[in-house]
Amino acid sequence: MHRRDFLTVGKARKKIVAQAATSDSVSPARTLSGINPYTGTWGTNEVIHLLKRTMFGAKKADVDYFGNLTMNQAVDELLNPTASNPAPPVKEYTTSTQPGTPDANIAQGSTWVNDINNDGTVQSQRTSSYKKWWTGTMINQDRSIKEKMIFLWTDHFGNQANEVGVGNWTYKQHTTIRQNCLGNFKQLVRDITIDLSMLRYLNGYLNTAAAPDENYGRELQELFTMGKGPDSKYTEQDVKEAAKVLTGWQINGNTYQTVFTSSRHSPVNKTFSAFYNNTVITGRTGATAGDLELNDLMNMLFAQPEVAKFIVRKFYRWFIYYDIDAATEVNVITPLADIFRTNNYNILPVLSALFKSEHFYDVLNQSCIIKTPADVVIGSIREYAVAMPLASDWNTSYGHWNTLYLYMLIMGLDLHDPPNVAGMPAYYQEPLFHEIWITTDSLPKRNQFTDVMTNSGFSRNGFRMQFDFVAYAKTLSNPGNPNDLIDEALKYLYRMTLSPQVKQQMKTQMLLSGQQYDYYWTNAWSAYIASPTTANFNIVNIRIRDLFRYLMNLSEYQLS
Amino acid sequence: MKRREFLGKSAAVALPALISGYAVKALHQNSPLVQALMGGSTDTDHVLVIIQLSGGNDGLNMVIPISTYSLYNAARTNIAIPENRILPLNGYANTGLHPSMTGLQTMYNEAKLKVIQGVGYPQPNFSHFRATDIWMTASNSNQEVYTGWAGRYLNYEYPNFPTGYPNANAPDPVAIQIGSTATLTTQGPSVNMAMSITSATSFYQLINGTNDPVPATKAGKELSYVRNVAKQTQQYGSTITAAAARVTTQNPYPSNNSLADQLKIVARLIKGGLKTRVYMVSFGGFDTHSLQTTVADTTVGGHATLLGKVSDAIKAFQDDLIFLQIEERVVGLTYSEFGRRVKSNSSVGTDHGAAAPMFVFGKAVEGGVLGDNPIIQPVATVNDNVPMQYDFRSIYSTLLEKWFCLPKTTVQGLFPPTVNNQLQDLPLIKGNTCKTPAPPSTSGVNYITNSPNPFTDKTEIKFSTAGGHTLIQIIDTAGRLIINLLEKEYLTATNDTITFDASHLPTGIYYARFQNGTTQQVRPMLKVR
Repeated sequence: MHRRDFLTVGKARKKIVAQAATSDSVSPARTLSGINPYTGTWGTNEVIHLLKRTMFGAKKADVDYFGNLTMNQAVDELLNPTASNPAPPVKEYTTSTQPGTPDANIAQGSTWVNDINNDGTVQSQRTSSYKKWWTGTMINQDRSIKEKMIFLWTDHFGNQANEVGVGNWTYKQHTTIRQNCLGNFKQLVRDITIDLSMLRYLNGYLNTAAAPDENYGRELQELFTMGKGPDSKYTEQDVKEAAKVLTGWQINGNTYQTVFTSSRHSPVNKTFSAFYNNTVITGRTGATAGDLELNDLMNMLFAQPEVAKFIVRKFYRWFIYYDIDAATEVNVITPLADIFRTNNYNILPVLSALFKSEHFYDVLNQSCIIKTPADVVIGSIREYAVAMPLASDWNTSYGHWNTLYLYMLIMGLDLHDPPNVAGMPAYYQEPLFHEIWITTDSLPKRNQFTDVMTNSGFSRNGFRMQFDFVAYAKTLSNPGNPNDLIDEALKYLYRMTLSPQVKQQMKTQMLLSGQQYDYYWTNAWSAYIASPTTANFNIVNIRIRDLFRYLMNLSEYQLS
Repeated sequence: MKRREFLGKSAAVALPALISGYAVKALHQNSPLVQALMGGSTDTDHVLVIIQLSGGNDGLNMVIPISTYSLYNAARTNIAIPENRILPLNGYANTGLHPSMTGLQTMYNEAKLKVIQGVGYPQPNFSHFRATDIWMTASNSNQEVYTGWAGRYLNYEYPNFPTGYPNANAPDPVAIQIGSTATLTTQGPSVNMAMSITSATSFYQLINGTNDPVPATKAGKELSYVRNVAKQTQQYGSTITAAAARVTTQNPYPSNNSLADQLKIVARLIKGGLKTRVYMVSFGGFDTHSLQTTVADTTVGGHATLLGKVSDAIKAFQDDLIFLQIEERVVGLTYSEFGRRVKSNSSVGTDHGAAAPMFVFGKAVEGGVLGDNPIIQPVATVNDNVPMQYDFRSIYSTLLEKWFCLPKTTVQGLFPPTVNNQLQDLPLIKGNTCKTPAPPSTSGVNYITNSPNPFTDKTEIKFSTAGGHTLIQIIDTAGRLIINLLEKEYLTATNDTITFDASHLPTGIYYARFQNGTTQQVRPMLKVR
């Protein structure tokens, strides 16, 4: 479908409500640091900064693990995942009992990803199943950046799974992204160009020599490679010519394979503008025409330095901050883009330079990202090491993943279903960018999530998913001392410090229930450790629960 | 304005608001449908202010026995208040107040203060945390309860909160806690019913729209942004700000008194028109294990300062309520998680104890002293506790019934089943407030006696019940409930007897606590070899 249609008709497009709140009272200090290797302190603070930005939350066990490595080792390990791919999503939905029941081939608990089924209801169920599954894979992420890169690239290509309507295709796109998320970006774009979901979503499958559809040809340049920066000067002619290059690709609905139909392909020469040095892509015929011309198109696009800059800016907005001023453009974007290009668009060297740079660890670049709903939901599940059902218990697992998925949804993040092909507004919508995540509607829902997970959690099939702060506190070094407990909790949960007065108030009001002596907490904690009865548990749990609930309700918690 | 009036007036101006889809305007405000739609919410503009004294207040040095002064003095010579310094109470010679509590003495003499002696519960717990939780949940000592007593009450009045709130019936927070986190007291079945106002400071920020400074960094910019949104999402932020803004003048309050600071906010919000029913404030520092008084002068020192602040703050609050012309609407109470031991320790302090006096204050309060001076043994031992005369849940239940005008059966449903028919109607609130209360207890009558006394194995307890629910509890000197010896409904007034078999119990003093309607009396019994 055409993005322009969305913009005009407004279908499925969530309106971006301008915030009444303004944030211009503070003029942020700027930093001139660049991508020279960081040589400063490598301590817990830096580890947590790195992990919160590259994973979902900084789990204490991970902080401890990476803290034992050097910075270079830590970044290298984050960028080179070794875990195998997760088991594919399974049929956890209930098949319709109507006569002629579709989807009867797949038993519940078995994967549907290889089963072809063109029933709309079944595919809608599979799309939903996929979103729950993805939530689960985020929770189960290994010690690497991989899941966040999948999140990033899925957003980058902006497909709406519900609109595509075929869960199998969405899952296939996911595996394509998973395969290439830390590989070669040029290859990724090429793969996605003829990906089933993308062909469907941006009408590539309708693009023929007789009636070229420019939709993908436009977004390929505007959104996926060149962007709309000041030096991106492709023309309408370039859109049309790219569309012609891409004619002839189709979807085989019986095999779920991309096919190239040469008779639908435009055999004429495609002539591009001066921006592309008047490149002419030779028109071809026959079965290989589509592939060959696509190769030429990729080579032409990726010869443009703007591609590297556009993508590096995207990385910057995901991992550092949304505002890119002139100094950052010179000191960070340009040199990283050079690395990207000279490494033939391999993703790892750029990320490696970024996460090892003095700019990344610059104190002024810490604590300034507003958490995404995934950072809040998945991050908290991981940081508190919330017990989840066994993978073999797919019914309970998918139920809980669905709860978490739905919470992200009401906070403004629908996995693999952005408001439109441009992706999530937090990464492009000026001037608010990340601030778009926080609204008078979404902020109370963030609080509601952490409150409910604190108070009662969610129960399914007798398995309760809930924050257990007592168990969490046991992993800290000195939970019996209320001051140490608060300091250490803040160290892992917050990226900003709190004043001694605020910490004192929290201790007295919550951990001490108004008592003035620290040893009352210490005694209660010791009594619980010595004898973990329900009564002793409740005494510490009521208080520690209040503390953590409060910590997660303060504005500071929303920053990463 | 009463809430019904509020509803009526709103309806008169073509109220667009709907309750469950019904236009209120179309219906008479007293129609059963409107009543039903209002979820059983009781018509009252009454406010309860709960003052928590954290740490375990030494009640015996706050409400001091004069009639048994020598026993009191003997048990805690190093901290005993000199008899001639005890503040007397008009018309009640048996008992007086700590010399720093002149404000409350005045309120007592004006019949605006009720002193309830020996408030506690069976099987007292001596841990601050657990005891606090018991007071807040109104649970039994051995029972884990996860909701607060006021939370259950407010949940009854405002069902499904916070879904659908604020609304025309409940435009304001249903409870307000001055403090950073809502306490267990207002924890409802699913959510906490109270809105917390973080501190006096942030309260004024809310009113004046000022912000904590944030660092001039990117992080500071984003923090400022989130805070701004958070402020807008304070559902009740604007109503509180507006209420506070309506009150520009208040009577003076003492300075350097955090309880006074908190009560000043409460008075301002009540006068400002909030329909909030319950306010909670807290004041700490009562954990006086050592140097509770100075060595040289037992009338000064840490505890005296605390009690002085409590007295000054409550008196200033009451004077402000008069000044603001809302005195009729407000009743307050003080409680602490426990009292302290009868016998003082050698550190010039007192250790964790059991029952203690409570204050209930306000214009609607029926003044006087309820209950007797605590029983103090001639030779107090280290484990001696003030025996319970009144179960604290009877104070809560009486206030719910007589101040918040709830039906008795509803009130009973808010308390643990094991105690809900033991709850007493106590003469705390003046008769015309909701309806005529039961007559107050009489004094000088022996409702319960025992013979022989002292005894060796068994003793026969004689008691006079006026009919109805009658309870006899046996309690030891540490405050522990030994047994509910008798719990029975009598159809008519009866003189009856029951035998207390103590053959399996160690020698020593046992208290037989008699409870019948509003009456209670404690009888000491001595078991000897």
